[in-house]
Amino acid sequence: MSKTHVTTKVNGDEVEFLCDPRETLLDVLRDRLGLTGAKEGCGTGDCGACSVTVDGRLVCSCLMLGVEAEGKEIGTVEGIAQGETLHPLQKKFIEYAALQCGICTPGILIAAKSLLEKNPAPTETEVRYWLAGNLCRCTGYDKIIRAVMDTAAEMREAS
Amino acid sequence: MVEVRLWSGLRPLVEGRDSVAVEGRTVGQILTALRRDYPALGPTLDAGVSVAVDGKMIASSLTEPVGEDSEVVLMARLKGG
Amino acid sequence: MALDSSKTTGFKYVGTRPNRPDGLDKVTGRAKFGADATAPGMLFAAIKRSPHAHAKIVKIDASKALAMEGVKAVVTRADFAEGLTGEDWNILENVMAGDTALYDGHAVAAVAATSALIAKDAIKAIEVEYQILPHVTDVDKAIEPDAPVIRAGAADASVPEGLHPNVVRYYESGHGDVEAGFAEADLVIEEHFTTEATHQGYIEPHACLGTLGGDGKGELWCCTQGHWNVQKVCAALLGLETSQLRVTASEIGGGFGGKTTVFIEPVALALSRKANRPVKLVMTRSEVFRASGPTSSTSMNVKIGMKKDGTITAAQGIFRLQGGAFPGAPCDMTAMCAFAPYNLKNVHQVGYDVITNRPKQAAYRAPGSPMAAFAVESVMDELCNQLGLDPIEVRLKNASHEGTTANFGITWPRIGLVETLEAAKAHPHYAAPLKPGQGRGISCGFWFNHGGETSVSLAMSEDGSAQIMVGTPDIGGSRASMALMAAEVLGIPYENIRCTIADTSSLGYNEISHGSRVTYASGLATIKAAEAAVEELCRRAAAKWDIPAEAVYWEDGYAKPSGPNAGDHEPLHITELTADMGATGGPINGHFEATPEGAGVSFATHIVDAEVDPETGATKVVRYTVVQDAGKAIHPTYVEGQFQGGAAQGIGWALNEEYIYGEDGRLQNAGFLDYRIPVASDLPFIDTVIVEVPNPGHPFGVRGVGETSICPPLAAIANAVSNAVGVRMRQLPMRPARVLEALESKNG
Repeated sequence: MSKTHVTTKVNGDEVEFLCDPRETLLDVLRDRLGLTGAKEGCGTGDCGACSVTVDGRLVCSCLMLGVEAEGKEIGTVEGIAQGETLHPLQKKFIEYAALQCGICTPGILIAAKSLLEKNPAPTETEVRYWLAGNLCRCTGYDKIIRAVMDTAAEMREAS
Repeated sequence: MVEVRLWSGLRPLVEGRDSVAVEGRTVGQILTALRRDYPALGPTLDAGVSVAVDGKMIASSLTEPVGEDSEVVLMARLKGG
Repeated sequence: MALDSSKTTGFKYVGTRPNRPDGLDKVTGRAKFGADATAPGMLFAAIKRSPHAHAKIVKIDASKALAMEGVKAVVTRADFAEGLTGEDWNILENVMAGDTALYDGHAVAAVAATSALIAKDAIKAIEVEYQILPHVTDVDKAIEPDAPVIRAGAADASVPEGLHPNVVRYYESGHGDVEAGFAEADLVIEEHFTTEATHQGYIEPHACLGTLGGDGKGELWCCTQGHWNVQKVCAALLGLETSQLRVTASEIGGGFGGKTTVFIEPVALALSRKANRPVKLVMTRSEVFRASGPTSSTSMNVKIGMKKDGTITAAQGIFRLQGGAFPGAPCDMTAMCAFAPYNLKNVHQVGYDVITNRPKQAAYRAPGSPMAAFAVESVMDELCNQLGLDPIEVRLKNASHEGTTANFGITWPRIGLVETLEAAKAHPHYAAPLKPGQGRGISCGFWFNHGGETSVSLAMSEDGSAQIMVGTPDIGGSRASMALMAAEVLGIPYENIRCTIADTSSLGYNEISHGSRVTYASGLATIKAAEAAVEELCRRAAAKWDIPAEAVYWEDGYAKPSGPNAGDHEPLHITELTADMGATGGPINGHFEATPEGAGVSFATHIVDAEVDPETGATKVVRYTVVQDAGKAIHPTYVEGQFQGGAAQGIGWALNEEYIYGEDGRLQNAGFLDYRIPVASDLPFIDTVIVEVPNPGHPFGVRGVGETSICPPLAAIANAVSNAVGVRMRQLPMRPARVLEALESKNG
């Protein structure tokens, strides 16, 4: 099958790639652009490990085709930190031990960042429902929820 | 001689006894003696067993010492997840 | 002078909560997991799987697949070693079917191609002719007289005569006279319980990248709980010399026991050998469900007799475990764990390992113990309810403790069950009032824990920092624990230690990260390796001072003369000893290799409040408290994490998760949409209490903590739901329809 040429922006950088029309955005990020931070946990949009933002909107990159990225702005976990400065969520996740194995962490960070951009003061229930699309099998979510809540509080104080 | 307690599923193999006495000063020697003196236990020992000595559960080491008065209990092979 | 840094108090680093050393890698996406590796010239593989539960493989025709553009190799069973026996043979049978497909999803062939899309198309082009055979997937049906025999001759010598050939192993133990004990009781309750198969549910599917040449030398990258085991098994299945295959463990995205065996690694290597190129093979989620290890489903009978004052007079349990098409369901562990919390005069337990047309069960966090606890602790709860007794008081009255005889015959060493019960009783949760519609459940749980072969190597650098090489994959923060223990012995800051998970060529054999053994066994070996380095540091100081090595001791990163007789010398800091180590005797390293056998067992007590919606039958866990003995918590935050994670998995097992098989023997819910693991909005915060009853078998008192946390939840939640609805829940999962049925049976 012939390949399609796609131009898009990933984490602020312009990139071009050729992809099969059947390849997902996740396949393209991982296999063509070498950005393996987004993970494939299910391939059916149920686990959230592949979460990225597309023009600021939170999506499962396994449910979107690579060709649909044409002209869009994609945000992945690799773009969360600014240089050597970690995003407050990244710092809190380490501090709270909000990860055990770490496979779900990239997706959860993207999802949590997206939440805090929309709602800087979420309740515990709001955090839990927002992250309900991101499966974590290790932690029972306890330390994840606490890390997100504390990050939100700290970011509110700082702003 | 050391008294080795068996789990009850093994008793039919040793004429209904719940323990047998064998010579041995280590776990390995005891297992060797069991195999020699009670060949019917061979397949069970081949499948793998653990041994508890005075309450200490020894999963696989053959070199653990065993005293004359030690409490020795044969256990199904310990495995984890 | 052999250094001994054993202690249970007075720690400087142990017990603190520093950031994990691999934290940055894991929050920035740069940590490399199983599917994240690539190699030049790499091919992509896919596996052809049986759609039938049980079928003879008449013919495999791969000619159309091989003719496709980009397809480089196809393998079938003929491409693997012949003449294997024992567990190697079982694993090979599971990795690639021989003449019979034994379950829906059983691998029958595999293909390697230049892209993942071509590989997927190519497996569709492989034609397999099957002759369908009768199947059975249910544990009770599999031992009925007319059930199809799945594998004739699979039973071992433990199975008494007269049982169905699908019973492949048998375990029986106990002591006393249970019939006499039941006769002494004021109340005897006997119930039948069932649990469904659940999957470990790690978010990272199995993934590997293998390279194997015709010279028998290979490289393998994979996500596994134990890469030395992968090395050993792959070498056997492919007919290689073990040392010629180097296996590197990737970061691992969860395992919980499910990554203690191999599924796809030998297939990638066989394809690589045939194509003479690196091959990457990654399971889809559906393949993970259909063909990697779920836990056993069970059918259990438990009978307990109790006096009015709460004394147990006798206990009996029969545990039937369905383990898929291969022997190995943990029927013995289940039976041994069942009554471990109780000091019983009369006890009898029986375990059956039953094979069916389902995937080979794999270990799942304390294999067998959670199901046994569900049955036993449910009957305990019912006895307490009917006799009007407090469930914690009754458990305290009968609790196992040092010196009592365990249900499997040993005399208990120092254990911490009573301490967990006392802590649970004192916890505010236990006294908190319940709202209407809510019920509270209590359960105890037990797991053995494990030691196993362990090698650790520690090397000092010239600047006084240290690197440690361990062989147990870091599945939940263990690098932090290792660094803390090394820091404690060396007396240097935690941050000055780098912990690496070594590949199979860089370190001696290490058993799998299982049995809650990592912090215990790799931790013990790390402490001993650090002690060996400290001894050498002391020798170097002694040489500088020209005094005997025995006259030097180590404190807080300094070599010091041990008394006035040793002379008046300024203490030497570690950096002063490592700076010129090349010239004072050579590099300073420490090693430790052993199979430590002092893994302390661990007990827990959980308290759960559940609320049941009478309209829908849906259950919500509203409050959860885990109390568990950790021996000594090296990094308390990660210990809490293990407690919380086990509880959450138990909540899923109790309420939602189950393998659902159709009449056709096919798995109907092979995806996270229909196999629903707990999500953030399902759970409350999970409170934890770390009890510390030091394990004498570890220098700092560590007991394994990873598995015990999943033992009590099934029972604790079932007791909470039973108490909320007023009907004993005897079948898991307690899905809404089942709870509604229970409510209707009560009202109707």
